[in-house]
Amino acid sequence: MVIGERKPFDEIIMMLGGHKKVLVLGCGGCVTVCLTGGRDEARVLSSQIKMARDKDGNPIEIIEETVERQCDPEYIEQAAPIVPEVDAVLSMACGVGVQYMAERYKDTPVYPALNTTFVGGSTKEGFYVEKCQTCGACKLYYTGGICPIARCSKSLLNGPCGGSTKGKCEIDPEVDCAWQLIVDRLESLNLMDRYEDLMEINDWRPNRDGGPRKMVREDFQR
Amino acid sequence: MADFEPTIVAFCCHYCAYGAADLAGSMRLEYPTNIRIIRLPCTGKITPVFLLRAFEKGADGVYVAGCLEGDCHFIQGNLVAKPRVNYTKKLIQEVGLEPERLEMFNMSAAMGPRFAEVAREFTERIKGLGPSPLNKKYRKISEQAA
Repeated sequence: MVIGERKPFDEIIMMLGGHKKVLVLGCGGCVTVCLTGGRDEARVLSSQIKMARDKDGNPIEIIEETVERQCDPEYIEQAAPIVPEVDAVLSMACGVGVQYMAERYKDTPVYPALNTTFVGGSTKEGFYVEKCQTCGACKLYYTGGICPIARCSKSLLNGPCGGSTKGKCEIDPEVDCAWQLIVDRLESLNLMDRYEDLMEINDWRPNRDGGPRKMVREDFQR
Repeated sequence: MADFEPTIVAFCCHYCAYGAADLAGSMRLEYPTNIRIIRLPCTGKITPVFLLRAFEKGADGVYVAGCLEGDCHFIQGNLVAKPRVNYTKKLIQEVGLEPERLEMFNMSAAMGPRFAEVAREFTERIKGLGPSPLNKKYRKISEQAA
């Protein structure tokens, strides 16, 4: 899922500066699962904003709403009756949702309430780690299901660097060396021959180096 | 503000603090009338939204009273509530309220005197902090004075 972290409160208050009535729009997708932008978090943020503004003698009216996903046109359409009533929209979705909202509602400013941080998963409730860097060319077949692009600090493709010590990365003793994990895993699967094959210099074009990416299912195009 | 009488919301677990409040009453113990009790099935029911809404509506102080640690009727509801209360302290601090306006206490249903003591202590603490800037009644008074 896409992981987002709420922006610092002062930054959110700054963005809402001159507005008197805003829509705080939660997203029911990834950011609900990672507990930063769903219905509950929209309520919490609205309450905080109302209190902060009320305290400063500059009250603000807030409409709280949450849609299934903000990265799909049919869901953000549900905000159509509300958006013309407000001065601005504070979107609690990832950067994708914010842009969808901004594109659909051209006359209303749309602000992000989150910093979109990475693509990851949870190791336990409320604890998220990065696992994929969306490089566009998955190498997990060769590396025992552990991604060297996202999880090796240097994104090395052919084994660890000299900074790997006792299975940990030199950047932080808490961070596992991805290549140590890969070798351990390949060994346990008896697949070390895959480690012997050299991986060629990476083609970064499917990554961001080729500009904004798109994916099209032709059979769905009408 | 010498005559300040705070409004305090106490979220009390049905299995302990709510019973303790009842016992305090049966024992004819005196405690301040500033406390407004809201009964919860378990403090595990509490979320930051509940606590923030209380402050938003002008409560000067809010506390959550749950079972003694290890004694939750639902095994670990009070242990769920504790970090949520601590997290909400940070949220109210961001808004500019003192985190001391929010607290979690633990007691059993047999601790009527402790309930009264907590109510007294917390009321004193909030009196010391003064009215919440969101308390409309006292804001009006201070605006008029100014």
